[in-house]
Amino acid sequence: MSRIAQRFAQLKEQGRKALVTYSVAGDPDAETSLKMLHEMVARGADILEVGVPFSDPMAEGPVIQQAHERALVNRLTLTAVIELVAAFRATDNQTPVLLMGYANPVEHMGYAHFADVASAAGVDALLTVDLPPEEVAPIKAELSRVGMDCILLVAPTTPDARLVKIVKQASGFVYSVSLKGVTGSGHLDSNVVAEQVARIRQHTALPVAVGFGIRDATSARAIAAVADGVVVGSALVAAAAEAGQGGPEAAVAAAGALVAEIRQGIDSLAS
Amino acid sequence: MSASETSGNEPPAQAINYSSVPDQDGHFGTYGGKFVAETLMSALTDLEALYHRLSADPAFCAELDEDLAHYVGRPSPLYEARRLSAQAGGARIFLKREDLNHTGAHKVNNTVGQALLAKHMGKRRVIAETGAGQHGVATATIAARLGLECHVFMGEEDVRRQALNVYRMKLLGATVVPVTSGSRTLKDAMNEAMRDWVTNVDDTFYIIGTVAGPHPYPLLVRDFQSVIGREARAQSLDQTGRLPDALVACVGGGSNAIGLFHPFLQDEDVAMYGVEAAGHGLETGQHAAPLSAGTPGVLHGNRTYLMQDEAGQIIETHSVSAGLDYPGVGPEHSWLKDIGRVNYVAVDDTQALAAFHQLTRVEGIIPALESSHAIAYATELAARMEKEQTIIVNLSGRGDKDMHTVAEIDGIEF
Repeated sequence: MSRIAQRFAQLKEQGRKALVTYSVAGDPDAETSLKMLHEMVARGADILEVGVPFSDPMAEGPVIQQAHERALVNRLTLTAVIELVAAFRATDNQTPVLLMGYANPVEHMGYAHFADVASAAGVDALLTVDLPPEEVAPIKAELSRVGMDCILLVAPTTPDARLVKIVKQASGFVYSVSLKGVTGSGHLDSNVVAEQVARIRQHTALPVAVGFGIRDATSARAIAAVADGVVVGSALVAAAAEAGQGGPEAAVAAAGALVAEIRQGIDSLAS
Repeated sequence: MSASETSGNEPPAQAINYSSVPDQDGHFGTYGGKFVAETLMSALTDLEALYHRLSADPAFCAELDEDLAHYVGRPSPLYEARRLSAQAGGARIFLKREDLNHTGAHKVNNTVGQALLAKHMGKRRVIAETGAGQHGVATATIAARLGLECHVFMGEEDVRRQALNVYRMKLLGATVVPVTSGSRTLKDAMNEAMRDWVTNVDDTFYIIGTVAGPHPYPLLVRDFQSVIGREARAQSLDQTGRLPDALVACVGGGSNAIGLFHPFLQDEDVAMYGVEAAGHGLETGQHAAPLSAGTPGVLHGNRTYLMQDEAGQIIETHSVSAGLDYPGVGPEHSWLKDIGRVNYVAVDDTQALAAFHQLTRVEGIIPALESSHAIAYATELAARMEKEQTIIVNLSGRGDKDMHTVAEIDGIEF
């Protein structure tokens, strides 16, 4: 069983929902990133989603765009991201790690080579924003070969017929995009999310995690009530960046504090 | 089709039906496709379905032709540049005068077509990206005529460099949105337009300005721009009694080049040259010539040749011509390069500026800096050809917008 499947199974047994945290690898540098990943796990993250910096992050709002730019100042490229995960694995062999990014760096490295080195480093899954099901088959074949999951997105605009095709190809979990917009958008509607999650569940037994627009304990709690997991990205990146003006320790602490707060919000559902 | 399959990119064993590409998923060999976030997929599918229906609908075609004739001012002339030809000293050079279109460039052929699609889809708002501002102006123009709300995304750096076109767009009622992310130029404007589209996909039509982007854009922009080549083909037969021996057009994203080339692709004896911007020189790395010096990758919704570094990050480009200053190129060009049907060459800033001055002085036609790249290559090519042979150059735009750039280079202040 993959780390991701195992983690969702454990959580289900405990009656808890998954907290998936997003940070950009190398924001603001690799060392801080590594500390932040461990801190987020210590404060309650269940799955780590690690952003691969790209020069043209088309699906991101301003907060995460700027994080990509900060990481690229230090030329933190895909090879370095994979090294970062390997370093993380030296002391944490349990927490699932998925890479989220754009097709080009992966394509440039070569799908087969990426699958080999990423799985050797302990990466569990890949989510490429700009590889819809129509274009994902070649990389999915390579990921399957090494036992990595291929995470696919379902959007509010995805018609049912298409949704069926997507979830058939998905593995690990289904990532449900909560709203029409870029990451960090401010118009989350939990009723719309509930409907969409229900629509996905009609066609798959895979866990459903919801991302985009979840920024605090309250919104996380509302989404966790209807999904198997919540993804928090821009809010964490923004909190770390703001606190980071006072140095890397402050950035790590701020991200950790927000993770703990959101964890509490989610877990208050169970009690 | 996967990246590792190469069957689509090998030289053809037999004649290719150029109208059979792209395939139904938008692939030109291994290039093209739909590399976008899931949220946009159904909008692209809807657009594709609508376009297939409308492009076969005589009423839609008549509406488009009417606009092209009476609003754009088509057909554009095919003009023999006799003094330029004499200076070059070889083949006869003909200019396809897209600079005489309304708004001063070929861009409007496409915006008129896409705006009609937007109208038929009931969208009340259009968005566009622009570099030099020509596509932005062409979009703002048609939006004004159809009463559509218009937002144009433009890199902050280009807003500064192209102040006149920014003012034109504002006069036309468009909102110009300066883009401050990344390198603050055309590629970043396109990123921002995609972000707007994903947010406002219900009521917004994205008018892409070139033959790039996700399927069906490379197909429909090619179709709208092919009026250039269809006219040129008929005009050549009419004025010279034969087809031209060579076609020359500049290539940024490549819409004016595809527009000229496509109706001639089946004519095996017509040689074709796409001219990229060599900027400060290909050897300096400061250029905008992905076909000449780049490698395939994925950006802005399609797989195509790109300017990228060893880690797959998109790198900044340079050209004196803002309209060619883009790190990608339409996927059909990538395919035409690999199968060897079109020759892609590059002309640097200095050569383009020389051609700009030459055409201005000997023919009384001030070309856009983009088109000047094509003129520069055509004069070189003509010198290697026989006097009875003919070349058609796409004069894709007029140079009024470039007055400030050229004056600055020549050390003149207004």
